[in-house]
Amino acid sequence: MEEATARMTQIFIMGKAYDVPVGITIMDAMEYAGYRFIRGAGCRSGFCGACGTVYRKEGEYRLEFALACQEMVEEGMHLTQLPFTPAPRADYDLHALDANENVLLQYYPAIARCVSCNTCTKACPQDIEVMDYVQAALRGDLQQVTELSFDCIQCGLCSMRCPADIKHYHLAQMGRRLYALTESPVPAHLTERVRELKAGAHDAALDELVSMDLDGLKARYAAREIEKVSEGSE
Amino acid sequence: MSPSQADKMIGGYPAYMRESIDKVAATRAQRLKEGPPSPMSAEAREEVLREWHPDYKADRKRQLVVGVSRDERMPHEVADVLEAYPLIDPKDIDLSKPDHEVQILILGGGGAASVAALFAVEEGIPVDQILMASKLRHGDCNSIMAQGGIQAADRPQDSPAIHYLDALGGGHYTNKPELVRALVHDGPMLIDWHEKLGILYDKVDGGYLEAHGGGTSRMRMHSAKDYTGLELMRVLRDEVRNVGIPVLEFAPAIELILDESGRAAGAVLLNLETDEAIVVKANATVLATGGFGRLHIQGYPTTNHYGATADGLVLAYRAGAKLIDMDSVQYHPTGVAYPAAILGQLATEKLRNQGAEPVNIDGASFVFPLEPRDVEAAAIIRECYGNDKGVATPSGIRGVWLDTPMIDEIHGKGTLKRRLAAMWMMWHRHGIDITEDPALIFPTLHYQNGGIEIDADTGTGVPGLFAGGEVGGGVHGKNRLMGNSLLDYNVFGRRAGIAAARWAKANAPSGLTLKHAAAYADELEKAGIDRSRKAPMILPDYRSEAVVARTLDVR
Repeated sequence: MEEATARMTQIFIMGKAYDVPVGITIMDAMEYAGYRFIRGAGCRSGFCGACGTVYRKEGEYRLEFALACQEMVEEGMHLTQLPFTPAPRADYDLHALDANENVLLQYYPAIARCVSCNTCTKACPQDIEVMDYVQAALRGDLQQVTELSFDCIQCGLCSMRCPADIKHYHLAQMGRRLYALTESPVPAHLTERVRELKAGAHDAALDELVSMDLDGLKARYAAREIEKVSEGSE
Repeated sequence: MSPSQADKMIGGYPAYMRESIDKVAATRAQRLKEGPPSPMSAEAREEVLREWHPDYKADRKRQLVVGVSRDERMPHEVADVLEAYPLIDPKDIDLSKPDHEVQILILGGGGAASVAALFAVEEGIPVDQILMASKLRHGDCNSIMAQGGIQAADRPQDSPAIHYLDALGGGHYTNKPELVRALVHDGPMLIDWHEKLGILYDKVDGGYLEAHGGGTSRMRMHSAKDYTGLELMRVLRDEVRNVGIPVLEFAPAIELILDESGRAAGAVLLNLETDEAIVVKANATVLATGGFGRLHIQGYPTTNHYGATADGLVLAYRAGAKLIDMDSVQYHPTGVAYPAAILGQLATEKLRNQGAEPVNIDGASFVFPLEPRDVEAAAIIRECYGNDKGVATPSGIRGVWLDTPMIDEIHGKGTLKRRLAAMWMMWHRHGIDITEDPALIFPTLHYQNGGIEIDADTGTGVPGLFAGGEVGGGVHGKNRLMGNSLLDYNVFGRRAGIAAARWAKANAPSGLTLKHAAAYADELEKAGIDRSRKAPMILPDYRSEAVVARTLDVR
């Protein structure tokens, strides 16, 4: 931070001016200015969606969207906090559902009101094609919903901006789970291993190791064969 | 970014780093042909750890002077929060009219807490008889940030016994055997449970796409791109909501409550918005409060979430639970060293299991890329500060390159962006394309290897108090392997939920008390501990010094 503290820039938080170091994130800048977050800060690494925020640049009328823990401050930024977004989600029983092509529409009928304005996509800090997966949900294409929405961190900025009151991130969650359950079969090698474990087939080998002395364990460890990564595999 | 700074930048890096980046590119083809350096011998591992791992600096630790584990040595930062007075004066809390009375109170809002809650329901506890209480939101946790994967021995060429050896050797044979046994034994069954919940793992040809991790002898790392933790956590959270388990958010526990016979009986929570105390009475209490990364041990940056301040350790220790392996801290080998805005954030081990190797300022490889984490981290520190082959950053620290363009060279163009979407995005936000240029990395504080000593059923020694996930200790010994923490919170979260349910059906507390907290304060007083030191920390304070110095306490 030595380099950063040498150079300062002015930003506005809740309308008040503050001088903060250049080269830090919105979140760090607000803390530098004296804020202590209760809401609006979570993993601080761009994965949890707690810090979705809106801001405006000096002289611009348009609102911009970002994760406060990932976006760098810029001269003249106007910042605020979004502590909470109340967005209803549909409860469902994954195993009792009829996974037909209209299932997402049944649980989230607002998707039929999508006006294709693409505001959700523009608001997404993960660069997800949000509107496209809403359209896929309308068509009942769970694979497309899953693939397009997979990087969603559920910050809710899409739903906050939507003029049709669609709850994008919740319906995508439901779509992915349904897709996983119906279209991504459980590997046979897992089922077989679970069967073995339930039958106690690995108990003796484990018990032997649990009661083995240190020298025995070290010898076993040193003698392990390291599985080779075959060409083109993982 | 200001124009003057942009002038000095090329592809997201300061221009002066380009000479070294060019060397990395120039040696790449040869390194790919020759393959990485061989793994170290047991002796070489010991030497690099002794000389260079932060855990081995004796003056950065001290022995506790109070409580049941007073002989344990641990980092000063951890001892400071353990040797600290309660936030509340027990006399001020009225325990006679609890705000909530439930069978099971689950403290925490991450993976272990969610799994425990779901299995408590499966075990027959009605949902309205469970309460989850989280410091931040449900899902603001380390679990959601995990990238690389989860281990489980489910392929024919693998077995739980081989997984056991990998975990035990990686932990320097200090892990509790019964806990490792539980971890590796339950692993495949938890993956099967995930399948039933609709968690989407990467698959290929009808099987899982499984990879190595540091210190594994079989490929057993299951992944969901590099959003593995996110995919697990968001589905678990969704299911907790579907089932209807009540979650109290922004309500961290600040003291455990015991009953007159010493059984755990709930907790005092703090409403973070209003500062009100909330009293919860419970037959059984589950601690799933995570670890201590935000204590910034030895000044290290951390990969951990905002609330990882060791609160659960503090509370349980006052209530009489023993600690284990608290001298051991996991520094992840590859934290971000540049740019400074994301310093210390995680560069997943998956980058290395997909082929990226650490290389020095001259473009030379110097370590097998998948040593156990402590060994890999120590080797990187040695390369920077012992061999003087690191790249200095503008902020004054050093780092080595992680040669990420190797991934597409090995697996084909587009692989990195597809399998490591989160990583690509993280650097992309700062103008760096890691498919073209390497990433600058240095170890970062990542994980609490030790914790509250548990048994295989997550018992803590305090009757009615169970612990699962990072707060629990003994599973990983002195060093955890990649992919065993997601597995840990699933295996021991499940066991905690089941154990708590069984306990809660058979026990009800009588005579709630905070006497243990008062007694602990007396002990601190006798030991001459400064009265101003209080815990739990709840949240770290990142305000600038200038602001803190001018802050008035007038309201």
